[in-house]
Parts: sequence; C-alpha cells; structure tokens
Amino acid sequence: MTKQHANWSPYDNNGGSCVAIAGADYCVIAADTRMSTGYNILTREYSKISQLAEKSVMASSGFQADVKALQKVLSARHLIYQHQHNKQMSCPAMAQLLSNTLYYKRFFPYYSFNVLGGLDSEGKGCVFTYDAVGSYERVGYSSQGSGSTLIMPFLDNQLKSPSPLLLPAQDAVTPLSETEAVDLVKTVFASATERDIYTGDKLEIVILNASGIRREYMELRKD
Amino acid sequence: MNIENYNVNSPIFKPTLFFNRFCVSFFSTTATTTTIQVMDSIAETQRTLYPYVTGSSVVAIKYKDGILMAADMGGSYGSTLRYKSVERVKPIGKHSLLGASGEISDFQEILRYLDELILNDNMWDDGNSLGPKEVHNYLTRMMYNRRNKFNPLWNSLVLGGVKNGQKYLGTVNMIGMSFEDNHVATGLGNHLARPILRDEWHENLTFEEAVRLLEKCMRVLLYRDRSAVNKIQISKITEEGSTVYAPFSLKTYWDFSAFKNPTAGAEGSW
Repeated sequence: MTKQHANWSPYDNNGGSCVAIAGADYCVIAADTRMSTGYNILTREYSKISQLAEKSVMASSGFQADVKALQKVLSARHLIYQHQHNKQMSCPAMAQLLSNTLYYKRFFPYYSFNVLGGLDSEGKGCVFTYDAVGSYERVGYSSQGSGSTLIMPFLDNQLKSPSPLLLPAQDAVTPLSETEAVDLVKTVFASATERDIYTGDKLEIVILNASGIRREYMELRKD
Repeated sequence: MNIENYNVNSPIFKPTLFFNRFCVSFFSTTATTTTIQVMDSIAETQRTLYPYVTGSSVVAIKYKDGILMAADMGGSYGSTLRYKSVERVKPIGKHSLLGASGEISDFQEILRYLDELILNDNMWDDGNSLGPKEVHNYLTRMMYNRRNKFNPLWNSLVLGGVKNGQKYLGTVNMIGMSFEDNHVATGLGNHLARPILRDEWHENLTFEEAVRLLEKCMRVLLYRDRSAVNKIQISKITEEGSTVYAPFSLKTYWDFSAFKNPTAGAEGSW
C-alpha cells in the first residue's frame, strides 16, 4: 500500500509587489499593502516592509507566514550582533545574512521574494535582490513579487544601469534625485495596479537617507 | 528494528530514559564498563491529513467598546450534522476571546495549550496579564511550527480582545498565515460576510448596531453555507471582561418569489 500523501500544501501565495531603487545618497523601498489568497482579498492594510537595522530595510512578497518568520529570525540575529559587536549591522552584512538564512532552508524554502535596500558604509544607496533560496546580487534597482514582471521592464527603461562588465566600473545607482525616484515609484505602482490583480489598495514608501528614515503613503486602486 | 550497544567507560555514568522513541531493555555492569542495550522502536509518526468533526465560519468585528464575535454551534461529521451544541467561541484570560472553525478536537487541544499559558502567566502573580496581541502571537507561532512539521492543527482561528483601551482583532490559519483588521472571518465567512462588512462597518459602531450587522452576516451564511446551523452564539469582550450570550436562532424568510419559482426566468433550468 503506497504511503498516503497530504493533499494539503504548506504554502500559499499572498501576492503583492515590492520595489527598491538606489540613489547616490538615498534609497527608496516600496511595497503595496494588499494581502490576498486565491481570488480573495484578506486585508487592505498589511505592511510588507520591515526595518531590519538602522540602514537596512527589507520588502518581501510571497507567503506571509514565511515572510513574518524570516523577519523575526533576522531581527533576532541582528539583536545578537548588536550585543556582540556593539554596533548596527551594515547593509551589505545584512544582505549576506539574509542570503545565508534563506539557503539554510534550501530543502523547505521560505516562500519569500525579497528586496533589501539601504545605505552602505559610504552612505551610498544599495539594493540587493533575492530569490526564494538566497541567491542574491547588488543592483541599482529591483522589483519582486506578483507585479514584478510588469514593473521590471519599466524600471529598465527608465533607470537602465550600465553593464557591470565595463571597465572602469561604472556606478549602478541612478543619477535621479530623491523626489524624482519617489515619483517614479508612485508611477510604477499605479501602472502595476491596473493590470495585476494582486497589487493595489495602498502603497507604502520608505526613504532612507543621511538624515534618517521617512515614510510616505499613496492610495492605489482598490479593485 | 535496530539494537545498539553503548559501551560507556565511566563508573559514574547514569543511564537516562528516552520515553518516546527508545526503551532501555537492560543494562549490565562490569568492573570498568557499563553496557546498555537500547532497542530502537520508532513508529512512523502520523500526521493530520484531513479533518473529521468540523465547525463552520466565525465572524468578528471591532465596535465602540470592544470586539463582538459570532459563530454557530454546529459540529459536522462530513455531511452529517453530528453535534448541535458546540461552543466555538471561548474566553482566554481576562482580555481575549478565541473563536475557531475547522477540526473541533484540534480547537480543544489549542484551548488546553492556552490554559497552560494563562495559568503560567497568572502564577507570576505580578499584576501583568497576557493581552490579545500576545495570545495572537503565541497562536501564530504554534500554528506555524506545526505547519513546518507537516502536522497542522486543522483550524482557522479568530482572536479578539481589548487591553488598556486598545482593541485588537486578528486571525491565524492552519498554515500560520496571520493578520489583523477591523473585521475578520473564517472559511465561507470570507466570501459571504467580509463584503457586507466592507460596505457597512465603520468606527464606533454601537453595541446594537454591531449585533445587527453580525446577525446580517450570520443570516447570509445560514442561507448559503450548507454546513451552517440555525443556532448562533454571540460573544462580546470589552475592557470590563467577556460575555458569552445564550444561543439564539435567526428568523429566516423563505417566501421570496425567486425561491418559490426558481426557474421562472430560465425554463429547463433547476
């Protein structure tokens, strides 16, 4: 007699889109606030953004139970780091920690698609983009989640980075100003909301710069 | 079945008993070594595959003084209505109410865990008590950890409460997914009740308005959810404490002309 398998899945997709853009001295991280399952909306005001350290902010879409567990693990690890080293984790350090944490569950993954944004030790904006099992790279901008297929080509058109193969190495961060980048993010989400059913309700934008952290909200279509 | 021999060269070694998986069969001592024979008798652990006795939707809303939660009192055994007096909403500690849909036996186990949690909290005797946010977090972690082991507690839970004037209403399901909102529902309640609540819920509903709103939701569920029964229990939690009201039944109207002649507009249909 064959072993009876569970006809139950431990995963679900709660949808949503995330975006992060790095600038010369700022970083913009944004995500919508809709949480869905199947064709239902569960709630219109769920934040997908979590501040992991003073200069590291992560936006994650995917399965919210896994996202929440991942955020808790990273917060706890950051607290231990602070106790051991008496300082905040830098963004590139947090980037490596996130990658390792994701790969740790390589054979029962966190169903979480992340973008990590922040300021590096020189104060320049940095964005790291991940897949569900931890492969990552530093980029000038990125998007993840259900609307990423709609958002990414638009960002490529507006922000195309120079090739990382060029010599001398050219900066991947955008020359846009902070206000221009925030405007771009708002435009990008308004467009994604039109065609992606899982994106909408409200947009949460977090801006990190030398003077600290700032939050902005924008209403999106609710259908 | 594996038989393993452990040779321990320590005169002060004390054998420990592992209850679930191993049983120590016998041990003999020589002058310098102690040999323990251990039989490895692990049974294939069983996991939840499907629920047996289930409760249907729970609907809950925030109102002016706190939280109002409603559920019917049915416990279905597949398509049979087996139990008709199941209390699916229970008070937890001083500040919370827990409502559950899904497997009733798993709900009872959750109540036992929460009992222990509240008991330990009370034993500190420090004047502090676990509020709804803390209980919701505990439940979320518990459900998520069971899901990680592929052995879920087959429930969708609603946790509501008030502490220090702050109202809280959250939900968590069997795969550990949780969120909070001004109104929540489980199961078919998400499809039938949430749209009504999105349209008609607003801040600072009075108690009477809130009860009428919940009754409207429960009536729609009664008409359209085949596992619903017409024996509703409404529970309330405010800063003062919790009240579980006596069960009542809803008035239903079956004389709609559409019900009387359902195929009037579509001949040949049923």
